[in-house]
Amino acid sequence: MHAAGAARAQVYDPLESVNRVIFNVNDALDRNVVRPIAQGYVDIVPRLVRTGVSNVFGNLGDAFSAINNLLQGKKDPFGSDLSRVLVNSTFGLGGIFDIATEAGLEKYGEDFGQTLGWWGVGNGPYLVLPLLGPSNVRDTGGLVAHALIDPVGEVRPPSAEYGVLGLRVLDARAGLLGTEDLLQGAALDKYTFVRSAYTQRRRSLVYDGKPPKDDDN
Amino acid sequence: MKRLLMLMLLSLGLAAFAAHAQEGPDALIKRVASDVIATLKADKEIQSGNKKKLHDLVDGKIAGNFDFLRMTALAMGRNWSKATPEQQKALAVEFKTLLIRTYSGALSNYQNHVMDFKPLRMQPADTDVTVRTTVTAPGGQPIGIDYSMEKKGEGWKAYDVIVGGVSLVTNYREEFNNAIRDSGVDGLLKTLVAKNKS
Repeated sequence: MHAAGAARAQVYDPLESVNRVIFNVNDALDRNVVRPIAQGYVDIVPRLVRTGVSNVFGNLGDAFSAINNLLQGKKDPFGSDLSRVLVNSTFGLGGIFDIATEAGLEKYGEDFGQTLGWWGVGNGPYLVLPLLGPSNVRDTGGLVAHALIDPVGEVRPPSAEYGVLGLRVLDARAGLLGTEDLLQGAALDKYTFVRSAYTQRRRSLVYDGKPPKDDDN
Repeated sequence: MKRLLMLMLLSLGLAAFAAHAQEGPDALIKRVASDVIATLKADKEIQSGNKKKLHDLVDGKIAGNFDFLRMTALAMGRNWSKATPEQQKALAVEFKTLLIRTYSGALSNYQNHVMDFKPLRMQPADTDVTVRTTVTAPGGQPIGIDYSMEKKGEGWKAYDVIVGGVSLVTNYREEFNNAIRDSGVDGLLKTLVAKNKS
């Protein structure tokens, strides 16, 4: 019996024992440090400000998405993401307001990992990165490429750069508050559950939401 | 005159029944979703986090539209045939309990989400279709939620939900596989029972 759209369940994970250790460290770090700070951020900072912060990082993300659409030869998505950046950077006051979404300009969220996948690069072994969480060799390559040209890396002095990076982590984590109970409730083994979900999600993104039914990736 | 009225009422009732029986898979999801969202919006106790009521809502209005036996079979893959019919039944009951519990925990966050339907491509004779929807949280980006549905004697039943490309059934396949590899079908059953009691 085969589920329609059900992908192969097995994930290539030769480094599982190391990955599990890092996963547990990340999990403990999240529970004891990152999550409480993110909760404090949500409690203290008004929603309007938090949305502004999300939008600024989102705007930067759109710029990267535009580049990756270009690298994948996706003309219309490239145009949409580029328009988003132009509209939000100007009329949206440097990206604080996401006017482009209200104007109906679609956001594509492409990244270098997806670009590599689109060009046929396989996942490679599954990896759990310290602090950053689930990934694989291909997507880690994508992250490195991203980091090399990320303007946040140019912020000076370094203390300000860490401040911006910290805020970015906080923003991302705040958006996920509440999901940890869901994961805790749903999973028999959190590590396996996250690994499978990450792998399925990335595969879906590489294929723009329409993955082929049988694929050995 | 009375008899005529009776007949009219009866035929109306039959018509309603027939319409219900022929309800398409997308219409079914639309009806259930709007019903559930209306309840969420109206019920102050659910909004303030009454777990029992949430559970009853999911159990009463949503769960009946899922084919849990098939979901369990799909999540078990090849191991399904290793289980006796009694084990299969017990596994489906526990899997259902786990999913209802997990889902009711998440549901209270959904009252302000907006659900859109993509056009359903379906031939009248089809008995297996995917209903594609997108759900948008206030101020968020839309995420795709697809329902794999099969036509059964009593109407359409969902046997998988794919959220943002992540199939619920596939996501459990590895977990079920591992549990069976380590401790057999009974081991998986025990794990599920323990999980549901925790």
